This record gives sequence, structure tokens and C-alpha cells, in this order.
Amino acid sequence: MKRVAVQAGDFDVATELAALEALGGGGVASFTGVVRGGGGLVALELEHYPAMTQAQVDRICDEAMARWPLLGLSVIHRFGRLEPGARIVFVGTASRHRAAALESCAFLIDWLKSQAPFWKKEHFADGAAGWVEARAEDEAKAKGWIG
Amino acid sequence: MLTIVYFAWVRERIGLDEEQVARPDAGTSIADLVAMLAARGGGHAEALGDATRLRAALDQRFVALDSPIGDARELALFPPVTGG
Repeated sequence: MKRVAVQAGDFDVATELAALEALGGGGVASFTGVVRGGGGLVALELEHYPAMTQAQVDRICDEAMARWPLLGLSVIHRFGRLEPGARIVFVGTASRHRAAALESCAFLIDWLKSQAPFWKKEHFADGAAGWVEARAEDEAKAKGWIG
Repeated sequence: MLTIVYFAWVRERIGLDEEQVARPDAGTSIADLVAMLAARGGGHAEALGDATRLRAALDQRFVALDSPIGDARELALFPPVTGG
């Protein structure tokens, strides 16, 4: 099972986990990314490259399936304007054993951060707005999975 | 013609989501074209003046800026991605 969704709307974590749990493996791992509040942030705006995003996330998922013995995986990434506390991204993996589920889940979120065509813009209460800078640390994490 | 699409602050500084340009000579790299576009001045210079801050995709695949444009139909220029 491979589920890839790039969407504006929210998703239900319990529903996504239930689908992975039903695959008959012994382990399901997941990560949910949520808009971090504080510092006067009122919204995060996620822009993406519609012609590329789905295919690129699909390639990242294929890479995970080639590296770990997975029964299934789900990746959901939202775009548009999201308020603090809103879910941004979900990664779930199912395998017969926990190591494959946990490692592939970490791999997927690291690669989504540095290999998927999304850009975040922060909007603040005082009207200021600015694009989030990529962190060298995120790039290094993704590279750490190579080789 | 070559279609160029822009994202994030590159799009904002140029003031366009996309534009068509005359197809450059075979062998022209993305970096060469970026330098030519930056030389127009204005928003193009602001967005594209420092190529070290840019990333690119050709026909929806990430490539290095020194890659030749070849016969690609769509070039995308954008800052490093910040999803996840």
C-alpha cells in the first residue's frame, strides 16, 4: 500500500493509522508535523509546485520502499494557509518489525524537508511576513541517508 | 520557447508566476540563463542576482544550476525548499 496525498484540506490521523494497522504487520510508526505557534505567528502559508509535488513525493516514497521491507506507507502534505496548531504533514509506515517502520518514517520526513518542492512563508500579528530560510541542518540530515 | 516558473521569494521579487523566453542555444546552462535574466535589472536582478541562493528543476526534476537546459520544456527557479 502506498498512499500519497498533496492537499489543502486537513486529514484524520486515526483514519490514516487504522489503514496502516490493517495491513497485518507488527509495527506502525508515524510522524505528524504541526504549525508551531509563538512569536506572534498568525499563519503559515505553504506554497508548492503543483506540476511536480505529487510525482516527487511519490519518488521519495518509492525510495523508502526500496530501502525497507514495508507493508505500506502514507504521506500527506498540505498546502495553503495554515494556522498555529494545524497539521501540515503526516508520514506513516507499516512493517513486520519496528526498526524498519521507525527508520523509514524518519527517512521520509527528513527527505520531505529537503527534497519536496514546498516553501513556507510566516505571517505575523504585526503584519510582517517572511519566507522561512532552509536550514543547513535539514539538508545535512537528508544527505545522511545517502550511501 | 522555454517556460520558466518561479516560486516563493523568487516569484515575489520578479512579480511573475511564470514567463516564456526564447529558447537559449543548446549547451546553455541554467546558471548562464539565470545570469542573462538577472542582467535585465529590476525584479529579475533582485531575485536572480545571487545564484548561490537559487535551486532549479528541469521538467519537474531537481537539477544542479550548472546543468545544460537542453530540450527541457519547463525550467523552475526557486529558493531551497522548506517543506515537511
